[in-house]
Amino acid sequence: MSESPLWTVSISPHVKSRESVEKIMWTVVACLLPPLILSVFIFGLQTLIITLISVISCVATEAISQKLLNRPITIRDGSAVITGLLMAYIIPPGVPYWIPILGAIMAIYVAKHLLGGIGFNIFNPALIGRAFLLASFPVAMTSAWLTPIRDAAVFKYMGTGIDAVSTATPLYVLKHYGMAAVLEKFGSLSTIYGDFFIGWRPGCIGETSALLLLIGGIYLLYKKYITWHIPISVIVSVGFFTWVFGGEKLFTGNPLLAVLSGGVILGAFFMATDYVTSPTQKTGKLIFGAGVGALTVLIRLKGGYPEGVCYAILLMNPLTPAFETWFKPKRFAPPKGAEK
Amino acid sequence: MNGSLLTFLKGGVHPPESKELTEHLPIESMPLPATVEILLSQHFGAPCTPLVKKKDEVVEGDMIGEVKAGLGAGIHSSVTGKIKNIATSAHPISVSASSVVIQTDSEAGPREYTPCKWMDLSRDELLGRIKRAGIVGIGGAGFPTHVKLSPPPEAKVDTLIINGAECEPYLTTDHRVMLEHPDQVIEGAKILSIILGLKECHIGIEANKPDAIEALQKTAKESSNGFRILVDSLKVKYPQGSEKQLIESITGRRVPGFGLPFDVGVIVQNVGTTRAVYDAVVLEKPLYEKVITISGRSINRPANLLVRVGTKLSDIVSFLGGTKPELSKVLMGGPMMGFAVSTLDMPVTKTTSGVLFLTEEEIDIRPHGQCIRCGWCLDACPMGLSPNEIAIYVEAGRAEDTSQFGVFECFECGCCAFVCPAKRPLVQFIRLAKMKAKK
Repeated sequence: MSESPLWTVSISPHVKSRESVEKIMWTVVACLLPPLILSVFIFGLQTLIITLISVISCVATEAISQKLLNRPITIRDGSAVITGLLMAYIIPPGVPYWIPILGAIMAIYVAKHLLGGIGFNIFNPALIGRAFLLASFPVAMTSAWLTPIRDAAVFKYMGTGIDAVSTATPLYVLKHYGMAAVLEKFGSLSTIYGDFFIGWRPGCIGETSALLLLIGGIYLLYKKYITWHIPISVIVSVGFFTWVFGGEKLFTGNPLLAVLSGGVILGAFFMATDYVTSPTQKTGKLIFGAGVGALTVLIRLKGGYPEGVCYAILLMNPLTPAFETWFKPKRFAPPKGAEK
Repeated sequence: MNGSLLTFLKGGVHPPESKELTEHLPIESMPLPATVEILLSQHFGAPCTPLVKKKDEVVEGDMIGEVKAGLGAGIHSSVTGKIKNIATSAHPISVSASSVVIQTDSEAGPREYTPCKWMDLSRDELLGRIKRAGIVGIGGAGFPTHVKLSPPPEAKVDTLIINGAECEPYLTTDHRVMLEHPDQVIEGAKILSIILGLKECHIGIEANKPDAIEALQKTAKESSNGFRILVDSLKVKYPQGSEKQLIESITGRRVPGFGLPFDVGVIVQNVGTTRAVYDAVVLEKPLYEKVITISGRSINRPANLLVRVGTKLSDIVSFLGGTKPELSKVLMGGPMMGFAVSTLDMPVTKTTSGVLFLTEEEIDIRPHGQCIRCGWCLDACPMGLSPNEIAIYVEAGRAEDTSQFGVFECFECGCCAFVCPAKRPLVQFIRLAKMKAKK
């Protein structure tokens, strides 16, 4: 008290929880890393390169966008890193290296910052990035699949780009050739369940390992950063609608295969749960998740693409404000005449 | 044990309690300061008119301010001495307020009070003594107690709740009072019951004060004589001590928006107020001293102090050995709802519950960001409001359109801003909304 003290004078509350946006975002980043490490073993080192390009482009685009729009630069909050990771995780491992750069500009500049920045984007930026790439470069985005490496040759596909087309995803085979072809290509059902659960299947960079994605997702649940409502309703809904409509006759579809293939687990835990673009209330979350699941199955069975998680989430995203209006927290005891 | 704890249903948060700094320290009397500054407005209602003038001699307990018309409560001298001035003092909320400055006569001994038998007194006499003693709700807004105890005849009050929740972090005054003076709290509760025509009352205490619960249960059993005093353990969850939440925890009833507790047949009195009622009725002693918690990690000696109303914070700080250099925020009240002050040249009032001296570690001054729509504030709000939407409306310059979100039901408990990961000043936004929106 020797000098004149300068105290902080602000409005209550004066204590705040230790949580922060940065902490949430970097925890999500950490939860997303195990599938990336596995993907290097499955598809080779170039998955890491593509992911790095995607992350760096997203962060750079965020910094440049904020600079251009005269907003504070917030790249340290980790949200652009998540977008970069997620976008890389849902593109095939054999795409040319310039692909994620274009995706990042679309995702971060157009889908995020032109709409007002974090908190105001209507669609999940990573998914917009991928949807843009899929629409603009359909060949690269639907055929650059790689066969899982069984001989630990992580450099096998390095730099081969789109020429490395060597396989098709289980969902592609299922859609065009049927269940018998899936069994012929990927082994018996029990082998398929085991391999797919661990991640040993053709697919996008970060979507293949249900096991590692679940570990990350469960950690986010444990930290209470997400709730179970959206992931569970997405998964149950994909399983249910596949079981009902996915077989040759009603009620003969294979729900487990449906959940373990494509991007269901990744989408359910890490994309459909995006705070900004999903509802906040339990009822809204459950319906939102069920809608994502139903649309995913609809696209898979009747649409032009073998996989539908990305578009299903993008179609549900803009309904979020409506869910927020329909499902509000229950008021304590509102004054008479002012119900709801 | 946890299964049986009573609590409210919606929202609430768990801020770090930090009560370990003072909860084991016995109440200590602070020596009289050289001067006291007694504010003329220490209650909900009109300010008092001074009854004294410069150079008048007053004795401890003399009435020095009186409300001429409307709601209010009288104000008494907290020391024996000479009126130095009728002036203005710094005030935590209204910046400055008129006050009576009294020079303490250090020779004068303490005024003695002798207990009387109150059981035979009429209800009007009991209320009269409470009114004459200037009792107000000292746990909160300072609502005059005699008014609160006279609900309109159509309100059928069937439940009295003594609020010993003390859910604000750091504060331990109610805790110490219950532990050290359980007999006075119980006696005060009986007086309140008689005034309301009741034979029983509840005392609600958060389960983090097991010794206080035990002390009150023991005393209640020993001196029941015809009364049923139920000591209820409450779940430790902020804002358990908020009137509406406490009523729900104990009775399951919900006070409707803009309504008052007696609309659901309940009257709530704070533990400190209950003890002041004991003083007023049994000793005929006015309310001019109170126990406050001085805590935080940058006061040299945290304490539970019995101080005279009008004691300046600077006198308290020097009595407790000064502050540490890390001091970065001074609060009147608790950290969730208290007021930050910029000077120690400010007196304690009847409603001061504590003064906190916090370090930068204890507060959070990170700049806020945009809302990421995590929805945590919606889960935390005990009133079921949508702080996120109100804040976005205010930021967008549409504060006047926020009454649809129920801003006027918000009692500014701070749960939303406590949980917000983007550190958004939600309470500040809501206050702005309240100023601009129409009821």
